[in-house]
Amino acid sequence: MNSSQARRPGRSDTPGGGAAGHSAARRAVSGRLPWMLVLPAVVGLAFLVLPLAGLLIRAPWSTLLQRLAEPQVLEALRLSLVCATAATAVCVLFGVPLAWLLARLEFPGRRVVRALVTVPLVLPPVVGGVALLLVLGRRGLIGQWLESAFGITLPFTTIGVIVAEAFVAMPFLVISVEGALRAADRRFEEAAATLGASRWTVFRRVTLPLIMPGVVAGAVLCWARALGEFGATITFAGNFPGTTRTMPLAVYLALETEPDAAIVLSLVLLAVSVVILASLRDRWVNSP
Amino acid sequence: MSTDGLRATLVVRRSAFTLDITLDVAPGEVVALLGPNGAGKTTALRALAGLTAMSGGHISLDGRPLHTAPPEQRPVGVVFQDYLLFPHLSALDNVAFGPRCQGVPKAEARRVAAALLERVGLADRAAAKPRQLSGGQAQRVALARALAVRPRLMLLDEPLAALDAHTRLEIRSQLRRHLAGFDGATVLVTHDPLDAMVLADRLIVIESGGIVQQGTPAEVARRPRTDYVARLVGLNLYRGLGDGARVKVGQLLLHTSEPLDGPAFVAFSPAAVALYRTRPDGSPRNLWQATIGGIERHGDNVRVHLDGPITAFADITPAALADLQLSPGRRIWASVKATETHAYPA
Repeated sequence: MNSSQARRPGRSDTPGGGAAGHSAARRAVSGRLPWMLVLPAVVGLAFLVLPLAGLLIRAPWSTLLQRLAEPQVLEALRLSLVCATAATAVCVLFGVPLAWLLARLEFPGRRVVRALVTVPLVLPPVVGGVALLLVLGRRGLIGQWLESAFGITLPFTTIGVIVAEAFVAMPFLVISVEGALRAADRRFEEAAATLGASRWTVFRRVTLPLIMPGVVAGAVLCWARALGEFGATITFAGNFPGTTRTMPLAVYLALETEPDAAIVLSLVLLAVSVVILASLRDRWVNSP
Repeated sequence: MSTDGLRATLVVRRSAFTLDITLDVAPGEVVALLGPNGAGKTTALRALAGLTAMSGGHISLDGRPLHTAPPEQRPVGVVFQDYLLFPHLSALDNVAFGPRCQGVPKAEARRVAAALLERVGLADRAAAKPRQLSGGQAQRVALARALAVRPRLMLLDEPLAALDAHTRLEIRSQLRRHLAGFDGATVLVTHDPLDAMVLADRLIVIESGGIVQQGTPAEVARRPRTDYVARLVGLNLYRGLGDGARVKVGQLLLHTSEPLDGPAFVAFSPAAVALYRTRPDGSPRNLWQATIGGIERHGDNVRVHLDGPITAFADITPAALADLQLSPGRRIWASVKATETHAYPA
């Protein structure tokens, strides 16, 4: 018997019985449902789904189109779309560079800055609105100066709505883009540098295209958050039809006087959310 | 002495590792940095490109200091190990990227890029995105992209490592041709001795951050100076003390063809080792008793690992293996003719 033969049987050493043993073990594990877990899970699911189902069941389907065409509804819808889009543009304009700063530059206090960026995420929106008033209000730290120097007042204007929405929505964009930047292969940036690209050119022509899915995902989340914004908006911008009354404000108001209108408006917001969720899932969330 | 080409002393200190090497590369010369993983080859390349900060040393290229410039201002072209072609740009725009960054107008940059793609034989793939290119094609686009910045120093990091064996053969000879047509200095990093020997005019062998040997491929292959190099070129290598035509290695006295005194290396090919079950008659000059440590396939032959007064590899045919009935642990006689050994000063 020579040694090279003696070594080879290693390959046939894995017996067929091993695989069978594995699947038997798997069956044993999945044999009994752990009710202590399944029951609360089902309750939790129902809790999340039932209110939405209620909305659909109670919707005045027969008069839906008619109600949607009412001028106040259309006005609120138009204002909401315009403000959310403008707020998203503001967030992209300032949030992407901020995310780049957090992801790419080493500076003292970076962790503190990152924590500060996420504050609006956990802060009650009403508190955000109050804070905005204190700074940008007519007697606020900066608002005072804005008014005397440029004659600009932000509170209780459409611009004020955009500011309030941007304040609340910005963290979504920054976090999403920062994650994309950290996940992006930095060696592409190095390759661009060896080809003579300045840091700005590297960012514009290499980094930005590479993280575009993250920027789009962040912008969509940001837009959805801005569209649904209520607390900061009503505190900072008030509730004036045509200038600051966005959809969520209109829903809240209609609920007291005209419940059916509130349901219709809610359905519109729900539809928008579902479309956003679906588009995110298919196009960005699952892609690497 | 000419100031043209690359003259560099690279010092990079890390916590557990220090790279400290000096290399001069003439214009038109191709130097291969060869070494095991973790030896510091890639660190050296990154330091030359400006991507890794140096702790000391200097770099000058054609008489001008390079180490003070940021990467984007160095006249250096880099071909990265996995090419790093920008995935969102076509092959043509990848190649045109460098000239565009240097301020060349778009149309002119694309013309330059198209000409370079033509030179590497990829004119018909100009519109393809990197993910649509095969490994060999991507490698050639990466080369064209590096050449497009008209570098004075070309750096290639494991340029063939990502290719399958067949493509590798083809791309290796193409790369050799393109490098021969490049008039600047070239430094390429590889752990594959064959790549190094085919592509380079000179080899620099690096182990744990320092240069252990350099010379032409032929010199390095004939006279390895470390175990790593000996393994690379497939030789048994021993360090001993020369005394005339004999070198004492441990307890064993090896007879050599070249007379030598003082510290010496002795090298011989595994194919030069003959194995016998019983002590051979006629007594060859170099004979020792060894224990078989292991047996493995080696190309068409069988490589036998020998333990004993010296550890050695012996290459024998499968037929000889069967005849000798070898198995690990078995005692055996090994011999090498003096004329098959090669001795040189250590």
